[in-house]
Amino acid sequence: MIGVLSYLIFFLILALTLGVAVLGLNLQWGFTGLFNAGVAGFLAVGGYAMAMLTGPSRAAVFGGFELPFVVGLLGAMIASGLAAIVIGLLTIRLRHEYLAVATFGIAVTIQLVCVNWEPVTGGTLGLIGIPNPTKAMVEGSLAQNAIYLAIVLIVTAIAYTGLQRLVQGPWGRTLKAIREDETAAASLGKNPVRIRLEAFVLGCMLMGLSGALYVGFIGYVSPFDFLPIVTFQIWTMLIVGGSANNRGALLGALIVWGVWTMSGFFIARVVPPEWQAQSGAIQAVLIGLILVIVLLFRPRGLIGEEIHVSRHARSAPADARPEAP
Amino acid sequence: MSAADPMLRLDGVTKRFGGFTAVDGVGFDLPRGAIGGLIGPNGAGKTTLFNALAGLVPPDSGRVELDGAPIHGLTPNRVFAAGLARTFQIPRPFPEMSVLENTMIVGANQAGERFWMNWVAPGRVSTEERALRAKAEEVIEFCGLTRVRGDAAGTLSGGQLKLLELARVMMADPKIILLDEPAAGVNPTLMASLVDKIKALNARGQTFLIIEHNMDVVMSICDPIFVMAQGRLIYQGDAAGARAEPAVLDAYLGDLP
Repeated sequence: MIGVLSYLIFFLILALTLGVAVLGLNLQWGFTGLFNAGVAGFLAVGGYAMAMLTGPSRAAVFGGFELPFVVGLLGAMIASGLAAIVIGLLTIRLRHEYLAVATFGIAVTIQLVCVNWEPVTGGTLGLIGIPNPTKAMVEGSLAQNAIYLAIVLIVTAIAYTGLQRLVQGPWGRTLKAIREDETAAASLGKNPVRIRLEAFVLGCMLMGLSGALYVGFIGYVSPFDFLPIVTFQIWTMLIVGGSANNRGALLGALIVWGVWTMSGFFIARVVPPEWQAQSGAIQAVLIGLILVIVLLFRPRGLIGEEIHVSRHARSAPADARPEAP
Repeated sequence: MSAADPMLRLDGVTKRFGGFTAVDGVGFDLPRGAIGGLIGPNGAGKTTLFNALAGLVPPDSGRVELDGAPIHGLTPNRVFAAGLARTFQIPRPFPEMSVLENTMIVGANQAGERFWMNWVAPGRVSTEERALRAKAEEVIEFCGLTRVRGDAAGTLSGGQLKLLELARVMMADPKIILLDEPAAGVNPTLMASLVDKIKALNARGQTFLIIEHNMDVVMSICDPIFVMAQGRLIYQGDAAGARAEPAVLDAYLGDLP
C-alpha cells in the first residue's frame, strides 16, 4: 500500500511538473495560435538555470551559486523569459509551420549546446548534486516526496490561477482574436506583434519553471532529458486534454503521463529482455496512437475551448448553452 | 467642393503593386457628418483605397488627414486608434468567439489589455469589463443581434456578419466608419434595416465613407458621391450630377459612341 502511495506521489510530481509546461504551451498555441515546437529547449534553459543557481560549487564548471530553491525557480523563469525574448524577436513574424520549424531547430541547438558547452553545462555528464529542498526538512523519501508534491501543487495552482486571470480578461480575449484573424484584430486597434511576443515569453517562462521543478526534484540535469520527444509529449498532453482550456491542459498532462509511465511499466513486464531496448519506441508509438485517436474522434480534446472566455461575458441567460462540440 | 474643416482629407493618394497603379493620385475632402459614397466598376481601386486609408497597405505617396491629423503610413492599429474604423468586404469575424466577445474586443483603452494589470489591478479590470459589456449589449441590441449574442460568430449568416462588423466598429465611437459593401449579399429586409441603422448613426453625427454597388442604397443615403475608375477619381459631387456625368456613364457602360 505504501508502495502504491509512494508511486502515486512520484507520478503526480512529474505529471504536474510537466503540466506547468503544458499550461505554457496552451497560452502560446491554445490561446494565441503560436506553433512552438521547441518546448524542450525552454525546459532545458530553465533546468540548467536551476542547476547553476542552486547547485554546489565545482572547480571545473561555472555556476554552483548554492542559492535557495525559490531563487532557482525565479531565476529559471527569468532565464527562459530572456531566451524567449531574443528568440521571439527573431521569429515573431513567422507564422504557423514556419515558426514551428524555427523553434524546433532552436530547441535542438539548445540541446546540442548543453551537450557540448562543458565549462557551463557539464557536457554529457550534466550537473549533479542539485539539492532537493525537502531533504533538509524531513527524513524519509516518502515524506520528502510528499512535501515536494505540495510545492509542485502550489506552483501549479499559482500558475493556473494567474493564467485564468489573464485569459478571462481583455488581454486573453485579444489573444484569441489574434489567433482567429490577425488582420481583423489589427484593424480593430490591436497590436499583434506586441501581444504575440508577450504570450510567447510568458508561455516560455512557464516552460522554464517546469524544467526547474523537474531538476530540483530529480537532483541532476542531463542534456538527454531535453530531447525532441519531450516537446512531442507536451504537445500530445495539450491536444488530448483540450487546447485553449487550462483545465484541459492539466488533465491532458495527467492522462498522457499516466499512459506513458504505465505503458513503460507494462512493457517492462511483458517484453522479453532482449527487446527491452526497443520498448521505448513502443511507448512513443502508443502516445502517437492516442494523439491520432483523439484527433479523429474528439478533435477539440477531452475538455475543449469554451465559447466565452471573459469572466464578464458569461452570466447572461442566453449564454447558458453547452460548449461547442 | 472642399469644406473648410473636413473630417477626412485625401491628397494625391497613390498605391502601386509592381507596375500596376491601383490607386492613382486620389484626392478629395469628406465633410464632417457626411455619408460619402465611393463607387466605381469592379477593379477601380476602391477597396485598395480603403486598405491604404486603414494602413493595411500603406500608400506609396500622398497624404491622408483625419480630423486634421495625418494618418498615412501608420499601422492599422494606430489608424484605428486615431479614429478611423473599417469593415471588410468579406466579413472577418473571430469565428470561435461569441458575438458578445467579438464585440467586446473593441474596448477603449482598457487597463486589462496590458497583461500585468489583470494581476495587479483585477478590481479595475473587472469594473471596466462590466462597463464594456454593458456598452456591447447596447450596440448588439442596436444592431439587432441580441438573439444570437451567445452564439459563436462562425455560425452567423452572411447578413448577420455584416451587422457584427458594424457592431464592432461602433464600439470604438470612431471619427469615421468605412464600410466596404455593407449591402452585398444581404437580403432586402436586412438591407433596409442596415440602411436605417446607418441613417440613425449619421443623425447622431457619425461620418461614413461607404463602398457600395447597390445604386439604390448609394443614391438614397450618400452625399457626396465619389466615382473611381482605373485607380483615378473621375467624379465627385451629388448623386444627380453623377448620373449626368458622361465620364461616369463611360466607366460603367464602356465607351459610348
